[in-house]
Amino acid sequence: MNSRQNAANQSAMDEWPLWEVFVRSKSGLDHKHCGSLHAADPQMAIQLARDVYTRRLEGCSVWVVRSDQIVASDPADKDMYFDPMEDKVYRHPTFYKLPPEVDHM
Amino acid sequence: MSTLSIPVEQGPSVQYLLRLGDTALILGQRLGEWCGHAPVLEEDIALANIALDHIGQARALLTRAGQLGGQGHDEDQLAFLREERDYRNATIVELPNGDFAATVLRNAMMATWFRLMWERLRESSDSELAAIAGKAVKEARYHQQHSADWVVRLGDGSEESARRMRTALDTLWRYSAELFDSDAIDSSAAANGLGPRWDSLREPWLAEMREMLDEAKLPMPADSAYLSTGKSGVHTEHMGYILSELQYLQRAYPGGVW
Repeated sequence: MNSRQNAANQSAMDEWPLWEVFVRSKSGLDHKHCGSLHAADPQMAIQLARDVYTRRLEGCSVWVVRSDQIVASDPADKDMYFDPMEDKVYRHPTFYKLPPEVDHM
Repeated sequence: MSTLSIPVEQGPSVQYLLRLGDTALILGQRLGEWCGHAPVLEEDIALANIALDHIGQARALLTRAGQLGGQGHDEDQLAFLREERDYRNATIVELPNGDFAATVLRNAMMATWFRLMWERLRESSDSELAAIAGKAVKEARYHQQHSADWVVRLGDGSEESARRMRTALDTLWRYSAELFDSDAIDSSAAANGLGPRWDSLREPWLAEMREMLDEAKLPMPADSAYLSTGKSGVHTEHMGYILSELQYLQRAYPGGVW
């Protein structure tokens, strides 16, 4: 490894960990993922999430989660995980006859 | 400089408001200098938010000062068209930002002071000032939390960060005396219920700073005999540079608006 690569690796190690930010826009609604940021610890992450993602009145509650704590599905598994659902319309509850009083459910 | 300066109403109520408004204005201006220069992007935004909170507080306070002054001056005229000697901010906020340690220490000292001040001003006999304080106290609580966390993080961090915090304390602490110095203007404000005497904030401020510095493993500095004089209009050599930048547009293009 040359010295530039060494410096790049060192800088990645020195960088603060990444956090995912979830903001709830109103009481009663869900927290929605809105972005990510770097922070040294949980307290800093919450404060910076507030500063970066709620400065235009976007929310009333914030969650932060260390990005490396999130377990994600592998994009390579997309075929077997999700494609088989394409032709299984019967899994949608659309085949019931509803009495007129409760229509438009 | 092509626009004439405005004279300033010398009555104690207006002067009391100008001290608060100018302290917020100049601190906001100083913090704005960090925009694009903070150590990380996220903190850059955080500092800009704090700066804008202070500018907002200054706008409200200067507007109220203009109304009480009875000369029809608005916030912009008061912010941009006074002579240096007519600015009444405490000296500590006009000092250069220094490094990040000095910036967060000054923010922590000022946020603690402002929070205590706003809490008292919520009880002001002037309903307008009480309303300004009711909004600003929420901002100040966050400023205090954010900056105190940094003081602890750096003070109790690496050898280098602790050294920088001690240097910042050596530089800034002596300017705190002015924040607790009271005179006839304070006595008048206290007598008519406009706001507290600044010296009444000293004990609670010292108690909160002691707690913060203890947690940061930093030494509580001794009292200093030095008393800065910004709030009587006698400023450091730094003030002229701030004002030339702050006032440039309104002086060059009088009455210019967005």
